Amino acid sequence: MTFPLISFYLFAAITTFAALAVVSVRSPVHAALCLVLTFFSAACTWLLADAEFLAIALVLVYVGAVMVLFLFVVMMLDVDIDPLREGFIKALPVGLAVAIVMLVEMLALIGVRSLQVPQIADPALAAGMSNTQWLALALFNQFLLPFEVAALILTVAIVAAIPLTLRRRSGVRMQNPAQQVRVQARERIRVVKMAAERPAPQPETTTP
Amino acid sequence: MITLAHYLTLGAVLFCIAVAGIFINRKNVITLLMSIELMLLAVNTNFIAFSRFLGDVSGQVFVFFILTVAAAESAIGLAILVVLFRNRATINVTQIDDLKG
Repeated sequence: MTFPLISFYLFAAITTFAALAVVSVRSPVHAALCLVLTFFSAACTWLLADAEFLAIALVLVYVGAVMVLFLFVVMMLDVDIDPLREGFIKALPVGLAVAIVMLVEMLALIGVRSLQVPQIADPALAAGMSNTQWLALALFNQFLLPFEVAALILTVAIVAAIPLTLRRRSGVRMQNPAQQVRVQARERIRVVKMAAERPAPQPETTTP
Repeated sequence: MITLAHYLTLGAVLFCIAVAGIFINRKNVITLLMSIELMLLAVNTNFIAFSRFLGDVSGQVFVFFILTVAAAESAIGLAILVVLFRNRATINVTQIDDLKG
């Protein structure tokens, strides 16, 4: 038992238990927080596999952005949990059976195949560079077009998500930015030609 | 020494937990989305492990793109969820049957 192996077992155990909590706890807020723990522990196991850049990216993108979005939505919606929980016990045996059968099949396959893979040194260090440099060289040389397409997909996601949740409320007084930008100076001020002064009213003269 | 089998086992366990979560929480859309995120995490773990132990960078590049697309997917999924809750006042899957499929 070397120190990395002990760390791996620790992180893997935390990941597994947090994932179990995600699918079994009652409150969606608690489930989202357990999912944060799952992602963080999984990022730690990725660090042990010498994938530093992606481990940090997982923490930044998932824990920092996606899970905050999840928590925001879960807390914003006032969801009644009880109707959603009915059938939980009824579906439990089927779900467990399917999961355990799948797990046994996968473990059998893993036991057969992975014995044929030899242990090698960290490929990035073997190539004489850091993990980030190793990934970036491939990303910006061989995979430049998919990288651009990924950026496009993110933009399309923003453009799709904003109009979906945009709501036009009636009866609310608000600015119209298009009209504000389009306004001309002569619409702001109107020059009126008029006399600068007007005669004072004559006081009535009384003769003493 | 950590071997490829360790990572593949972790990925398989995570994936099966996510499948079980889809089975037992099939009325709650939020938990379904979280289970899908767990599945993607399991697949990403497998990619990272194969990239490390086969010495091929393509696995890590693929994980990079999966992270991007999963972020976009969850953003749009949650936007749809918000609109659904605003129109129906429920996120129960059994009550969302407008299409009568």
